[in-house]
Amino acid sequence: MARAERTAELSREQLVEFLREMLLIRRFEEKVEERFRAGDLPGFLHVAIGQEAVAVGVCRAMDDGDVFASTHRAHGHTLARGTPANEVMAELYGKIEGCSHGYGGSMHLYDVERGNLGANAVVGGGLPAAVGAGLAFAMRNEPRVAVAFFGDGATNIGTFHESMNLAQLWSTKSLFVCENNRWAESTPGWQHSPVWEEMSKRALAYDMHAIKVDGQDVEEVHAKTREALEHVRSGDGPVFLDVETYRLHGHYIGDPQVYRRKDEIREANEEHDPITLLRDRLSIDNGEFDSMNADVQQVVDDSVEFAKNGTDPQPEDALKNIYA
Amino acid sequence: MPEISYREAVRDALATVLRKDDDVFVMGEDIAEMGGSMGVTQGLLDEFGPERIRNTPISEIAIVGAGIGAAMQGMRPVVEIMYEDFLTLSLEQIVNQAAKHRYMSGGQLKVPLTVRTQGGAGWSPGAQHAQQLEGWLVHVPGLKVVFPSTPTDVRGLLYASIYDDNPVIFFEHRTLYGLKENVPEDLEAIELGRARVMREGDDVTVIATGRLVHESLAAAKEAESDGISVEVIDPRTLQPLDEEALVKSVKKTNRCVVAHEAITRMGFGAEVAAVIQYQAFDWLDAPIERVGAKFAPLPFAPVMESFVVPHAEDVLQAIRRTVAKR
Repeated sequence: MARAERTAELSREQLVEFLREMLLIRRFEEKVEERFRAGDLPGFLHVAIGQEAVAVGVCRAMDDGDVFASTHRAHGHTLARGTPANEVMAELYGKIEGCSHGYGGSMHLYDVERGNLGANAVVGGGLPAAVGAGLAFAMRNEPRVAVAFFGDGATNIGTFHESMNLAQLWSTKSLFVCENNRWAESTPGWQHSPVWEEMSKRALAYDMHAIKVDGQDVEEVHAKTREALEHVRSGDGPVFLDVETYRLHGHYIGDPQVYRRKDEIREANEEHDPITLLRDRLSIDNGEFDSMNADVQQVVDDSVEFAKNGTDPQPEDALKNIYA
Repeated sequence: MPEISYREAVRDALATVLRKDDDVFVMGEDIAEMGGSMGVTQGLLDEFGPERIRNTPISEIAIVGAGIGAAMQGMRPVVEIMYEDFLTLSLEQIVNQAAKHRYMSGGQLKVPLTVRTQGGAGWSPGAQHAQQLEGWLVHVPGLKVVFPSTPTDVRGLLYASIYDDNPVIFFEHRTLYGLKENVPEDLEAIELGRARVMREGDDVTVIATGRLVHESLAAAKEAESDGISVEVIDPRTLQPLDEEALVKSVKKTNRCVVAHEAITRMGFGAEVAAVIQYQAFDWLDAPIERVGAKFAPLPFAPVMESFVVPHAEDVLQAIRRTVAKR
């Protein structure tokens, strides 16, 4: 019944569009891995392979005017919210055309016009800002919501607890999206949290409304995010989205994952790939899939060309943008 | 020209902007009914209500972070951190977030947040309630750091800080809250980054902040009876620093003493000394003297506390030492 209602909300056409976006993120991330290994990309990169349905489901449920704070694993969120692949790739190449104009990099993707208040390289670092933005929306009586993405690892840091408490206490217009991918870097959930299999229990402690979500099912992510956003927007208080997902690759590009069993990685890839799951549900045949794949691959390949042809900042540009 | 205290001056600046601007609100621990641990925000709850005068849980990192989030949405929040010692709990958000959002976004964001805090020894609270940590913040690009020493300055600088589009860490000194002074009838913003000559003199320049401004003025008076003419300058804003005014004064007097209550080692005065020696090396007739706290945590016993932090006598001795060197 619930499934039928959700399906009714989204047309097949929309779901195909979601599939295309998820595929774009996948191909983008694979390209990022390739270019990093080739030595093109400086810095420290984390890909969101396996978590595409969370990015697309949540970001496509947001309204214009909603804002979000992301994490070190931000490429997917940023693309799903509509920042062109060219601008994201250009940022990874450190170009002026990048979405942070070369000042941020992979872990600090911004796109304020599209509500992206920044990816954060400090675990839990973006949560308090989502409370403050949600407070501003509540004080001004604006129908907007501030979304904070974070992983299961962030539920152990002080900013998480202080932010959850303050948001619920003041009923800020904030949505907490916990992407529980079962790994805090190399540390499995069972080694870092007594409630790693049931993160919603964290919300209980703050009397916050929590919704459990299958993060590999984009339809469900979208539907439950809509429900959560409606709850927050109407002034009923913040919501904790307990999203269970899978990180199908390592923590960072080049991570040999010595801490993870090979069969667990294989099983996750075989059984929990959100793209395969959606493709099967929509009965997309090989022809349609190949065509979609070729299309997004072209977007990704073009983004690399765009980035490579981008403008390098002048060294002394490093001294700009420090003060307003 | 009403006479008001440093405490009333802070309150007047807050009330003035709260009246003027709906985007301004204040949050902090015990600031509402109680009026703050230092009584600074007394009466504001009655006038502005609990939406704008927000009592917070004891959550320094979240309230600073929430201030950042609200500021990024165009509000001008003023966060009170009860003691500078507790500022350490919020440093992640101040240093990694507030100071860097504008930069990391390539200029897309502004964070017009003011964080007020206070500290200072002289009342024996021990090691965790009176530190002077302003030097830590001056080290972080993206922050402005203000440390006023008089009612007039604290009023005008707080007003300017709240309207500044950058995160400002605003230091008040506990022992100055009762200090009274005639202030201008109408509140005037004082531009950040402008030093103030507190006393003119010809023989030595004392560059002092916070409580040490007043200790230095007392020392200057004492030195005068020895025939030494002392100029006292308060930078007021530590970042941006009015290097020009400081260097100009030293080029006139040819001698310099830097004085603050914070620990001497790596204190703000170390940077000032470096600026002076580099820009006025040929004008200096003696090494720059530094006055600050000894390298120890603040002890509890009053005799020990008094021994650790500097007083007018320490400034006077430094003045005499520098004048003695020909």
